[in-house]
Amino acid sequence: MASLGSALLGLAFLAALAAGALALAGRKGDERLLTLSRRTVYAFSGLIIACVVIIESAFARDDFSFNIVTQHSSIETPSGYKLAAMWSSQEGSLLLWALVLSLAASAALWATRHKLRDLVPWATAVMMGVAATFTGLLLFVPDVDPFATLDSPPPDGIGLNPLLQHPSMMIHPPMLYSGYVAFTVPFAFAIGALVTHRLDAEWIRATRRFALIAWAFLGFGLLLGARWSYTELGWGGYWAWDPVENAALMPWLLGTAFLHSIMVQEKRGMLKVWNASLIVGTFSMALLGTFLVRSGVLQSIHAFGDNTVGPYILGLIGVVLVGSTALIVSRLDDLRSPKRIDSLASRESVFLVNNLLLVGMTAVIFWGTFFPLISELFTGEKASLAAPWFDRYTTPLAILLVVFTGIGPLLAWRRVSWESAKRVFRLPLAFAAVVTVVLVLFSDAESNLWALALFAFAAFALAGLAQEFWTGAAARRRLTGEPGAQALVGLVSRNRRRYGGYIVHIGIIVLLIGIAASSSFQTNRDVELKPGESTVVDGRTITYVKPTVAVDAEKFTFGSVLRIEEDGEVVGYVRPSRRFFRPTGQESGTIGSFFAGEATSEVGLRPGPWHDLWIAEQPNIADVQRGVRLADQGFEECVRGAPGTPQQCKALGALMRAAAANPSLRAQASSQIEQVQSGAAEQVAKSFLATTAASTFKVIVNPLVTWMWIGGIIALAGALIALWPTRGRRRGALVRTEADARKEAKYREIRDAELDHAAGKLSDEDFAALDAELREEAIEILDGVGNGNGNGAHPREPEKAERS
Amino acid sequence: MDPQRKRKIRLVVALSTAVLLAVALIYTSFSASSEAKEPSELLGAAPGTSYEMTGRVVKGSIQREGNGIAFRVVDRDGSGQALPVTYTGTVPDPFRGGREIVLTGAMESGAFVGEPETLITKCPSKFTTKSDG
Repeated sequence: MASLGSALLGLAFLAALAAGALALAGRKGDERLLTLSRRTVYAFSGLIIACVVIIESAFARDDFSFNIVTQHSSIETPSGYKLAAMWSSQEGSLLLWALVLSLAASAALWATRHKLRDLVPWATAVMMGVAATFTGLLLFVPDVDPFATLDSPPPDGIGLNPLLQHPSMMIHPPMLYSGYVAFTVPFAFAIGALVTHRLDAEWIRATRRFALIAWAFLGFGLLLGARWSYTELGWGGYWAWDPVENAALMPWLLGTAFLHSIMVQEKRGMLKVWNASLIVGTFSMALLGTFLVRSGVLQSIHAFGDNTVGPYILGLIGVVLVGSTALIVSRLDDLRSPKRIDSLASRESVFLVNNLLLVGMTAVIFWGTFFPLISELFTGEKASLAAPWFDRYTTPLAILLVVFTGIGPLLAWRRVSWESAKRVFRLPLAFAAVVTVVLVLFSDAESNLWALALFAFAAFALAGLAQEFWTGAAARRRLTGEPGAQALVGLVSRNRRRYGGYIVHIGIIVLLIGIAASSSFQTNRDVELKPGESTVVDGRTITYVKPTVAVDAEKFTFGSVLRIEEDGEVVGYVRPSRRFFRPTGQESGTIGSFFAGEATSEVGLRPGPWHDLWIAEQPNIADVQRGVRLADQGFEECVRGAPGTPQQCKALGALMRAAAANPSLRAQASSQIEQVQSGAAEQVAKSFLATTAASTFKVIVNPLVTWMWIGGIIALAGALIALWPTRGRRRGALVRTEADARKEAKYREIRDAELDHAAGKLSDEDFAALDAELREEAIEILDGVGNGNGNGAHPREPEKAERS
Repeated sequence: MDPQRKRKIRLVVALSTAVLLAVALIYTSFSASSEAKEPSELLGAAPGTSYEMTGRVVKGSIQREGNGIAFRVVDRDGSGQALPVTYTGTVPDPFRGGREIVLTGAMESGAFVGEPETLITKCPSKFTTKSDG
């Protein structure tokens, strides 16, 4: 099976090269070659899928002749985690990269099979170039061969680290990878657009969905990682500004900027250099994230050692950066837009500010992340920056982002008159003022002015968004006569991109409120309690009711039952515990071996809409460990036949000695040993139930942290809405040609303007001017369709002089 | 105002803001950072200065001491003289003998005293092919 896998991987590598070469050979529009190239990409996907199936079935069958299975799985590993164990290995995660890339490339080429004939060949070549690089690494770098076999397969594997056996760890890595990889598609099409001078918004329209999918995956991956850290790692935090976390956040921030600024190019034909640079930056950051995980260049809790593929990925980043920069510089003349931003009070200028803030934030994080290298370069000493430094810069930037997230949706495209601005800003500003006053009067939010500012601006932004939905629905009701709720649903489903985007905004703002509250107003205490004792943390009485113990073949669990009282009333019980594992892959041996492996905290969590009560325990098991040592010692003396040992013991000792000489007795001996040992282990562990020693409890009261997760889910839902194809398309009226796409886009713009006018965001005068402009542009496009050159290779940019 | 000139002014303002921000960034990062040291380099270090220590916990050296723990660390490659460390507060899950840790703190009478909440333990190396013992 392994050799079949290697052969398929080799074929996949050749297919990637062939697809790229065929695409370039057919770049002048040779239909046959292009179709062949596209089908070769599909074949590449098929081959990579087959490779993954072979590896996964080896995991499912516990085939320990595969090195990857021996290293990362074992017979006892729960079957769900067996399948997820593939990407806990370096070679497996590279294979996952290739798999996601192959699927994304196939989907992108399928979606563009009838359009963009000139730039698709170049995009294909770029995507397949990246694919060939990753497949080539798997094929030619010996350390990361996924099909490496062992000559003498062991009976059982090493297994998966218990810390990683958590549901979110099954999907966290593939989510992040899918995010990283999906950015390849818009990047490849951007390169195609640059090479072929097709610098209108077509490449953006063709790949916008991929960028949004990548963004959503990356964001969800980050959220899952934060959740895992919060509930599993026993330190109570969800973000540590660790280099690898930062490496995933940076492409997400740049991707956010990209998703906003491409709208300006789509609608106004501006910011072309910016967009091309942003997607190059985003893709490079995604590669950098992959590199950081692999290289160990920076000290990180995630730096996974092996250095073998790091240099190659660094090389790829170099090629991407140098090549793209050269390409952008050589196309600068074409990229310059004849248009200018009409007014500072317009949506596009807010987008520009938001972009600068996001890029600024990325620059800060980049500097902080790579500071150890920078500092070594200048001072010769590796020095690093801790969380407070990052917070100092990212906090004000995040608050400014919220401000502009609030302003942006209230402004119309192109320009806004003072009159309409006054109308749309009145309510959100009033709401923000009320919220600020209430917070100052009735909470202690003013003790942290940054947090207070964030809450105030978040209130402004949320009220603005609510007003958007309200006036939009009201306008639709007037236009269509639908009743209220139906008008709202109709509004969202007819304008999915816009209102889906607004829902994402709501989610992100809610998430930021959760972050601000939980990081600024957290109570964090370490307390020592003996059974029966109580303590008061932030108004809650916490009583250590009793210790608990559980024993099974792989772990000891020591924990406690804690009673929580608020205002003298029992509100619930929390059960934190700590698990002590035997070394991974070992299920028998001395009792002491239970303390030789990993230990994990099972956090006692009482989530709530206002506060999370989070408690982790470090049980005091000194007495138990003493008992364990005595028991192990006793067992050893007993089977050795020391004087005064019980009869049963002597018999077991005799059996063990016989088994040493006679292999057929071994099974019987080890089952008897296990019986005796497991009984003893249970007895010793149970002694913890009578403990009077004080355990250490880390108690955290985290305000509003639940809203972080809720906000994340809202944002994800918004992204899904924005992604969902519009109704017309699903009925089969697929937007097939570019001219159609351009026409659709222009119609959408006209509809948007009508909605803004009806919602009172555009004054009658502004609307009349804008509507006339847009209709003229639409007629130009329609003329193009009539003349049959709408599908041609020439960029058709409406070159009208704009008023400034 | 002449739109050309207006654009120029805007550009200058934006660029100066960016430069100012960059200067602040560079200045604070050099002053706020703590030097990274390995245990062997710290043994003779002056007390009081804050360092970020990266080392490997010596197996079997971890002991409870009051509300905290005491243990010894050696250089990451396992060499060098062991440095005694004390730390107050709860430790992250993956913390145990043989693991690499990153801890911020300062030397006090021959021992490295870690600041609470700064102990980072490297995740079990999920991606290495060697077992980490």
